[in-house]
Amino acid sequence: MPQLPHYLKETPSQTAGPYVHIGLAPGAAGFEIYDQELGRDIAGPNAKGERVRVEGMVTDGTGSPVKDVLLEVWQANADGIYAHPEHAGAVEDGFRGWGRVITDFGTGNWEFDTVKPGPVMGRNGHIMAPHINLLIVARGINTGLNTRIYFDDEAQANAADPVLSLIEWEHRRQTLIARRSERDGTVAYRFDICLQGDGETVFFDI
Amino acid sequence: MSTLPEQGEFYSRDRRWHPAAVSQDYKTSVTRAPQYPLISLENTASEITGPVFGHNDIAATDNDLLTNFAQPGESPIGERIIVHGRVLDENARPVPNTLVEIWQANASGRYRHKKDTYLGALDPNFGGCGRTLTDEHGCYHFRTVKPGAYPWRNRVNDWRPAHIHVSVFGTGFAQRLITQHYFEGDPLIARCPIVNTIPDPAAVEMLIARLDMNATIPLDTMAYRFDIVLRGRRSTLFENRLEGN
Repeated sequence: MPQLPHYLKETPSQTAGPYVHIGLAPGAAGFEIYDQELGRDIAGPNAKGERVRVEGMVTDGTGSPVKDVLLEVWQANADGIYAHPEHAGAVEDGFRGWGRVITDFGTGNWEFDTVKPGPVMGRNGHIMAPHINLLIVARGINTGLNTRIYFDDEAQANAADPVLSLIEWEHRRQTLIARRSERDGTVAYRFDICLQGDGETVFFDI
Repeated sequence: MSTLPEQGEFYSRDRRWHPAAVSQDYKTSVTRAPQYPLISLENTASEITGPVFGHNDIAATDNDLLTNFAQPGESPIGERIIVHGRVLDENARPVPNTLVEIWQANASGRYRHKKDTYLGALDPNFGGCGRTLTDEHGCYHFRTVKPGAYPWRNRVNDWRPAHIHVSVFGTGFAQRLITQHYFEGDPLIARCPIVNTIPDPAAVEMLIARLDMNATIPLDTMAYRFDIVLRGRRSTLFENRLEGN
């Protein structure tokens, strides 16, 4: 490969602001403009695995719900394969593994439906426990925050997970574990995100 | 020079080049910025992969904000502009076929959003959002109107400089970028608490779209150029390094 003369600097981030929905989820902002809004169906109709709902709330340093947040979801399928050409393996037709979720403007609650991902091969052959990657943007967040959702019914896999294990403070690992419940035949995982405070969620510099 | 993307890990993000998480002058950040340091994470498949978009996801006219919400035969109010540029990575290679999405206020500084109650008028012919895929050279363009400045509740008399929000995906989840671009010559840029969350003036310069007279359409549309740089990647092969035995 030829030697490159110089590096460029990355374009700096800026907050997505309070009106991020206009650009990334205009239907939720109150107007239909596109034929299809992206990110509404994460797993598609053909995905294998357990259908689950993930729900939660984002709270700020005062404990108040953040009502203008946008979350982006990125996950592997039930076989632990991402829908991307650099990840070997096939995913089901219609499985994208990516989605967008906004909070309810009134309550701050958010939820999305997907399939539970499988374990993913990590660095140096260490298997990562099933997890969903999240990007969190909102007014007041200057650079989008990255975190991961793990599942509390995967205790053994979580204990061996190389990413959870590198969090030095063991009690902070718990901020990445969603709690499973079942009601009316629906499996739901609760995952609350604290931007600040005693229970501050672990965010990653990826 | 090859334009094939590199296959290795992304270069780590220079956090001193990006905005500080908390700034007393940008008041909302005070309660929304994490207090603990971010946990550094070496790339895995979860960060190196990311959503892939194609022409089936969008319509060819989604990048024309002059028409994508206007009534037939009508136009939005305001200065007609082209915003164009290239999406490159830190190795100065183009990033082709990647989704670029924008959103903005109209010419009077009002967003088409149920939470925006500014006095500026809503324009019935302006939605304020657009999206496109970069071409094989990483080029993109939008047609729109120049957004107006508007006041916001921060300090009593803060005004946002005219700006367009920009969201870019790149090829991996780690490359995801959301930013804003400003317009050359705007005296409000230097006064803006959100701009000033960025410590290095050279970094702010990267967010200022430049008047581009060569891209104007005479007697019709002004033009601004805004190039976007996403994180670069090492050349190490993914299979060899990250998933090796």
